[in-house]
Amino acid sequence: MITRNKLVLGDKSLKDITDDICAPIEAYPSKGWLGLFTGALGLLIFYVIIMGTIISTGMGLLGVNHPNAWGTMIITFVFWIGIGHAGTLISAILFLFRQKWRTSVARTAEAMTVFAVMTAGLFPLLHTGRPWLDYWLFPYPNQRGPLWVNFRSPLLWDVFAVSTYATVSMVFWYVGLIPDFATIKDRAKNKLRRTIYGALSMGWRGTARNWSHYEMLYLLLAGLSTPLVLSVHTIVSFDFAVSSLPGWHTTIFPPYFVAGAIFSGFAMVVTLMTLVRIGVPEFKNYITIDHMEVMNKIIMATGLMVGYAYGSEFFIAWYSGNPYEKYVFFNSRAFGPYAWSYWTMISCNVLIPQLFWFKKFRRSIPVMFVVSIFVNIGMWFERFVITITSLHRDFLPANWGNYPWSFFDGAILVGSFGMFLTLFLLYLRFFPAISIAEVKPVLPVGRENSKGGH
Amino acid sequence: MAKRSIGGIAGIWTEEHSVITAAAKTRESGFSKFDAITPYPVHGMEEACGIKRSWIPYVTFVAGLTGLLFGLWLTWWTSAVNWPINVGGKPMFSWPAFIPVIFELTVLFAALCSVAALFYVTKMPKMDPPVIDPDLTSHKFAIFVPQNDVGYDEVKIERLFKEWGAVEVKKVAEY
Repeated sequence: MITRNKLVLGDKSLKDITDDICAPIEAYPSKGWLGLFTGALGLLIFYVIIMGTIISTGMGLLGVNHPNAWGTMIITFVFWIGIGHAGTLISAILFLFRQKWRTSVARTAEAMTVFAVMTAGLFPLLHTGRPWLDYWLFPYPNQRGPLWVNFRSPLLWDVFAVSTYATVSMVFWYVGLIPDFATIKDRAKNKLRRTIYGALSMGWRGTARNWSHYEMLYLLLAGLSTPLVLSVHTIVSFDFAVSSLPGWHTTIFPPYFVAGAIFSGFAMVVTLMTLVRIGVPEFKNYITIDHMEVMNKIIMATGLMVGYAYGSEFFIAWYSGNPYEKYVFFNSRAFGPYAWSYWTMISCNVLIPQLFWFKKFRRSIPVMFVVSIFVNIGMWFERFVITITSLHRDFLPANWGNYPWSFFDGAILVGSFGMFLTLFLLYLRFFPAISIAEVKPVLPVGRENSKGGH
Repeated sequence: MAKRSIGGIAGIWTEEHSVITAAAKTRESGFSKFDAITPYPVHGMEEACGIKRSWIPYVTFVAGLTGLLFGLWLTWWTSAVNWPINVGGKPMFSWPAFIPVIFELTVLFAALCSVAALFYVTKMPKMDPPVIDPDLTSHKFAIFVPQNDVGYDEVKIERLFKEWGAVEVKKVAEY
């Protein structure tokens, strides 16, 4: 008989779980956390300064210019929004599939989603060049006609998709947090903590009637988030695919983008989880090697899908007989001035994850950490390849031009990590990083070995 | 309007399976206004307490439909009625291009209204609700019978709760 490995190790009682998960919130922050937080905050301040400079001086500081009208801002936007997708996949799709292992990683993965979407959302807003007029993106009654937004534009679809996604994933995350905030409030030893978490828990009491509605709502939100998350990256891919530019104008883009998003997102989950396990050793009993292995399998599977999409693009470019399409792939993408970025992408996304065919590597923390970093890098380059190699040489050679990468391009890319990491570190410090109320029901305690089995 | 809080009596259990049995027995003894308080959703508790299926899905459906119709109306009215603009010779009401926006509005309305429904039915937000025992959000389980329940008798309930394995029985001034 094949027995399942336990989802929570160390024979925890209900009280142990509460104590373990609340410990990082109730203790004074460790030196390691303070060090990381100082670094992240420094990077965030740098980011704010860079953004302020770009807003006050103008988009010309970046390399964005004819013919490369889309650059680092759009590339990094797609990168971060893609990362967010794994969180929703874990919290919503795996919930619908009743994958119980998701419980211990869902909270942190969802937090990653929320922060990644927040980081991503700034880029298109800044990319407009005049962010103080960004409210024009929304249809509201105005005195210019009223002149409405163009509902036929994929860029406007994106406004709706990303803002809905941000709202719904934040609400979903918060609903999950409410019972845990009540737990922290009830344990609180000092008045300040009691007041803050009491307010955050909104008066949750955990009666059977409340739980009944709560579970129903959770199921509904999971059901709503599932098509939502697929729609978001589909619509992001429409930003490219609805244009008529060779290299962008393909029907494969929506599934290709969604697979890539999940691929990059899981890589980021693995990166963060390996670090969380180091930072809070007690969490190793909740986020076990088995959890990490399952995620590595997903990385490999989606990596293969992405690899298939890369191959398929080349096949169609050849099979279509379209000279412009063929030129983009066989000349400029694979062997042109940006061939280095293309081959970086292939190595990081297709070749390196093949290590996970071996069980030993799938279960090795150092190996998975390194691979996940490579995947993160590779997925940024994928968006770079898609955006820049398609734009820099289109139909007319008179239109050709390379992307003049500037200091500010690098600075906003690096700086965005400061924003993401600051939010993530604050989350680890102040919010329960594993769902207390969700982990308890997956315990074997009181079900299998004791008299109360059911 | 929030219901006035009410006193009663609460039994506290430390085992999940014994609280389910106790809840079922409380129900069999004729009480109908009692409630169980648990740190996490306990499988089988709804059946034991006789709780009906949540009505939140109806809210989700109606809100989703509202979002859909609003999206349809918004795109149609702005693009074809209020300020029609010829974009590439396409029809004014080119509805297939509006599907993404309509879909997103459907999801947005459905999700937010469902959450609002949860807040309504659980009477949240509420600052500092009465707490029977702080461990009820961690590792203990309780059954609370309010004073106004049919056949409320403190002595009898206390005896029954003890018989059903309660580790502690508490009089609650208000809950």
